[in-house]
Amino acid sequence: MLDRDELNKLMRALAETREDEIGCDECLERVDLFVEMKLSGLDATEAMPLVQEHLDICGDCREEFEALLAALRTAEGSRVGWRSVFGATSRLWRRMRGGSSR
Amino acid sequence: MKDRTNEQWLAGLRGAGQDEAVSDLRVVLLRVLRAGLGSRRKGISDAAIEDFAQEALMKILDNLDSFRGESRFTTWAQKIAMRVAFTALRRRRWRDVSLQEILSRYEATNMETREMSDPAPPPDEAATRQVMLENVWRMISEELTERQREALVAVMLNGMPLEEAARRMDTNRNALYKLLHDARKKLKKRLIKEGISSQDVLAVFGDG
Repeated sequence: MLDRDELNKLMRALAETREDEIGCDECLERVDLFVEMKLSGLDATEAMPLVQEHLDICGDCREEFEALLAALRTAEGSRVGWRSVFGATSRLWRRMRGGSSR
Repeated sequence: MKDRTNEQWLAGLRGAGQDEAVSDLRVVLLRVLRAGLGSRRKGISDAAIEDFAQEALMKILDNLDSFRGESRFTTWAQKIAMRVAFTALRRRRWRDVSLQEILSRYEATNMETREMSDPAPPPDEAATRQVMLENVWRMISEELTERQREALVAVMLNGMPLEEAARRMDTNRNALYKLLHDARKKLKKRLIKEGISSQDVLAVFGDG
């Protein structure tokens, strides 16, 4: 019933499976901040590991995240814009590292 | 278009100057959709992109109270637009694929036939692989509910988007993700119980 490629896909997914994972709704709630941290050059994965894990597993959410990130990266004038939010995002990141980082 | 703070966006979209703010937000959404859809834009008309932006705009205006202010308002709005667009594109891309068709392949296909389509490994290795395939399929059959098996086959083995599988299974994307998460946890526990790690299996089958 399975072929080799399918078994590999399944095993890779099982290797990434964690006891606690967030769903697509929680990922969507947080992904805008996650994207902004990426754009600001901050370590979004460290600050929001559950979002990163969800994006690693969920193809739908990953596709939307990557498209949003790419669009904002290429948007005209985005560099200047993202520098202006860097301070606020940095403060939020430090707060998350110090407390509920997930 | 003028720059706005989050508070100005919210006030603009709720207040007397709503038309101007809505018009500016539509421009922001169109820009992100055009840039974000990138190579996928082949075959997507400008009219379709305008429709995505309009649908997103309606959702955003209906959900202004759920904006928590942790990001820029425009980033929050743009993520909603991206979800609207991809939802529509997935529906279009998968419209002719039936879940039953996918599932029936797994009921009808003989395991040996599928395994033989791989490059022929040495006899001992082939036997090991065959046993492994049979064992994993048995675990799937024994551990998972029918809905979990259907979701696993459609999404994890055949790449159907969660959103599309969810629509066909009369549920939603978030609930289907959680159903699959439970399925993955069950299978992982069963493998551990049987003394097999997913890394062991990957080692037997290579990185195919």
